[in-house]
Amino acid sequence: MNVVNSYVGQPIERIEDLRLLRGRGQFVDDLHLDGMLHAAVLRSSIPHGRIIRLDTTAARVLPGVAAVITAAEIGDPVPTIPLRLVPMSDLVPYEQPVIANGKVRYVGEPIAVVVAESAAIAEDALELIAVEIETLPPCVDTRSAAANQSLLFEETGTNLALTYTTVLGDADAAFAAATTDEYYIRRERFDTQRHTATTMETRGLIGAWDSERQHLTVYGAAKVPFASRGMLAKQIGLPESAVDLIEGDVGGGFGMRGEFYPEDFLIPFAARHLDRPVKWIEDRREHLLTCNHAREFDCDLELLCRRDGTILAVRGRINGNIGAYIRSNATIAPRNIAQFFSGPYRIPNIHIESTMLVTNKTPTGTYRGPGRFEGDFFRECLFDVVADDLGIDPVAFRRRNLITRDEMPAKLATITPVRQQEELDCGDYLQTLDRCLAEFHWVDKAKLKGRLIEGRYHGVGIGCFIEGGGVGPRENARMVLESDGSIAVYVGSAIVGQGLETVCVQIAADALEVPMERIRIFHGSTTYLHAGFGSFGSRSTVMGGSAIIDAAENLKKAIRTAAALRLNCAVDDVLLEAGMAKSPDGNVVGWTDLASENLRADGTFFCDRRTYGYGAHAAHVAVDPGTGHVEVVDYVAVGDVGRIINPMALRGQIVGAIVQGLGSTFLEHLVYDEDGQLLTGSLADYLLPTAIDYPNIRVFDQEEYPSPNNPLGAKGAGEGGIIPVGGVIANAIASAIGVQPKSLPLSPSRVWELMNP
Amino acid sequence: MNVAFDINGQPVEVQVEPRTTLADCIRHDLRLTGTHVGCAHGTCGACTVIVDGDAVRSCLILAVQMQHAKIVTVEGISNDDALTPLQAAFRKHFALQCGFCTPGILITAHALLTEEPNASEDRIRDVLSGSICRCTGYIPIVQAVLEARAAYQVQARSAAA
Ligand code: FES
Ligand code: FES
Repeated sequence: MNVVNSYVGQPIERIEDLRLLRGRGQFVDDLHLDGMLHAAVLRSSIPHGRIIRLDTTAARVLPGVAAVITAAEIGDPVPTIPLRLVPMSDLVPYEQPVIANGKVRYVGEPIAVVVAESAAIAEDALELIAVEIETLPPCVDTRSAAANQSLLFEETGTNLALTYTTVLGDADAAFAAATTDEYYIRRERFDTQRHTATTMETRGLIGAWDSERQHLTVYGAAKVPFASRGMLAKQIGLPESAVDLIEGDVGGGFGMRGEFYPEDFLIPFAARHLDRPVKWIEDRREHLLTCNHAREFDCDLELLCRRDGTILAVRGRINGNIGAYIRSNATIAPRNIAQFFSGPYRIPNIHIESTMLVTNKTPTGTYRGPGRFEGDFFRECLFDVVADDLGIDPVAFRRRNLITRDEMPAKLATITPVRQQEELDCGDYLQTLDRCLAEFHWVDKAKLKGRLIEGRYHGVGIGCFIEGGGVGPRENARMVLESDGSIAVYVGSAIVGQGLETVCVQIAADALEVPMERIRIFHGSTTYLHAGFGSFGSRSTVMGGSAIIDAAENLKKAIRTAAALRLNCAVDDVLLEAGMAKSPDGNVVGWTDLASENLRADGTFFCDRRTYGYGAHAAHVAVDPGTGHVEVVDYVAVGDVGRIINPMALRGQIVGAIVQGLGSTFLEHLVYDEDGQLLTGSLADYLLPTAIDYPNIRVFDQEEYPSPNNPLGAKGAGEGGIIPVGGVIANAIASAIGVQPKSLPLSPSRVWELMNP
Repeated sequence: MNVAFDINGQPVEVQVEPRTTLADCIRHDLRLTGTHVGCAHGTCGACTVIVDGDAVRSCLILAVQMQHAKIVTVEGISNDDALTPLQAAFRKHFALQCGFCTPGILITAHALLTEEPNASEDRIRDVLSGSICRCTGYIPIVQAVLEARAAYQVQARSAAA
């Protein structure tokens, strides 16, 4: 039998489904270790204040309580959580201590951890801890933060942690030169609301200390286990080799899960402190209160174009409300929102300042399409405001300004500090726009604009986007030929619940030309490889998959070399086929027979250039003027993602991301009152999309422009679905009701208010 | 307190605190971890199990209320050798990604189609709207349940005959 290169590109059913569908998955709360204790965390109920008394005596003596851990038990200095990707010394003072140390800066900040025989006893004991906090005035929005009247970090003297500057050409000169009627300038403010990933599995951890081996094992890792191991080892004072992070099944990541949180130190610390396994499972209120929040940005932007719609420059300021501390990836969204503001469009002159302001709210991090969802909302809304004012059709306006195929690779603006310059790799942005218009039947539907039909106003909106993915620098993989002839593949990418396991098997099976059944994937745990990088920025398929291809080449070499000895022929003459090695004279040795020789190979993929998927989305909405309710009558998404590994898995990611984007646009909002209290601490208050909300979504994927930057030709595709949604929907609503929404979310009451000012 | 019930066809007797929810009892006392807890306040549906024929949220009831009840969890609608038609349809349509919501949704769909094998698409969407899935956007889930409906119709017909 000759196995052809046939899995990549097929809608292969997922391997992980066989366990997940039968209740046999292994999520962290499904694990039970002997002698395990349970932890609960006492959290600040005050957004800003100084701890003046903390008395844990009564809690310590409650029967069943093993320990109460506070900053005092952890010792001086209390470790802080560093930035994961690009360290910046300016931001060090804003790092979060793993437990409140003197001051509290948001509601939900950990103050003490109780460890007890059961979770119920630990929770009971929390009530026995006496805390007295002297309150300080809270800052909840960027305006009050920027006023610097109440400082979160007195030692820095400012709430402005960092300003990114993004520059292309000379925007000020372009504006200064625009003195005649031929030019048009428009200045607008927009904002997006605080919301977050809200995975269905909350976070959870089990720490286990082996005192004999002096070895710490932590279950519940995700996303970036190697980086998290490095941070934990350093904080806790162990060599990295004495710490392992284990990833099991994971109930959704979306950029939020797997970043380093205070509990990622506290729970392993407790386990070591008590020399017993300790489990902590976050409850839903804690989840909404403590997981990285995202997306709270406002902007004041100015666009300059010619009266024919040709964009000449954009300048202005974007403010990020980043919450109380700079957590491990807090810089990504404020950077992306400015750096990728131009998206797929040609904006020759750009000057955008993007600020990171600390406030007394939960710290922020990435959520799928970080900075891009928000920036696309700003940009696409601004475009429609301008086009409308100039009497230019919104499609014509975009067509005029999209970067063409011939301009590739096209430079994006340069961002500083930690100077970064990127370029768009390849693609035909006009083609995906045209396809989207055709699939959507734009010409017909555009006739409905503003019409009242059966009591509802109809409108259409369109937007184009890019999705940066395949973030480097490197990923590793290892392959081992097992005694039964199967191949164990160890990858550094984490799984985060989106079907990567199957995708890796498809890639490995094709690369080795063996049936899929012979491949077994081991992922995401630090025990398998010396280093790995993980799953973020839509990189798992691109980076992990490319590392697998490299490992496969090396394993094939190793097999050929071993086979050549047995077959008595030159290494180069050995032919590998369907799990067999053949010599030119027809002698054959099976891989199974070679397995005793301990054949293994490592693979690495380096790449410092991102891939850029792209596409266009269009929406048709109907707005009820009585209630402000918006129905998404039709939603069409066209995306080009380079090489498609598994079309069903890809489609699933895109549909899922679009529905998340619709949740971001209409429903999801982490509402704080002016005193800094979170008002949406349950899933009854924080609304997520359900099965009845958005049934009309049509997705069209294509692979016309494989990425030149990796051997698969793949591009990141986990985020594209969410990026344009807010802007497209806002513009569709504007076309229906004649008023441009400038803030999200577009709840019925907000839409009603827009119609009834 | 002691409580005795039947779970997935097995009689069990467990010693629980009065405050123990059925979800915690199933997961931690009986170690049937297929049933998940996503919110513990009745909003997500991940903990759905069947009690005496009805789909209920096991995070909202106490274990001690289960005396003599017949409970079915995702483990009880699964078998070792093959996926059931409902599970196979989920797999075919990629109706799960992380799989965390999946047991609750399978149980909800199973209870619905057992009771109403002719449920319309609207009815299916309506019933599923009590379960939150953050990954799939629901479209493939509805497709999968619609496809599985035929198997329940066949079963209902043969039961009637
Ligand atoms: S865990 Fe019971 S409804 Fe969410
Ligand atoms: S598959 Fe992840 S929540 Fe439904």
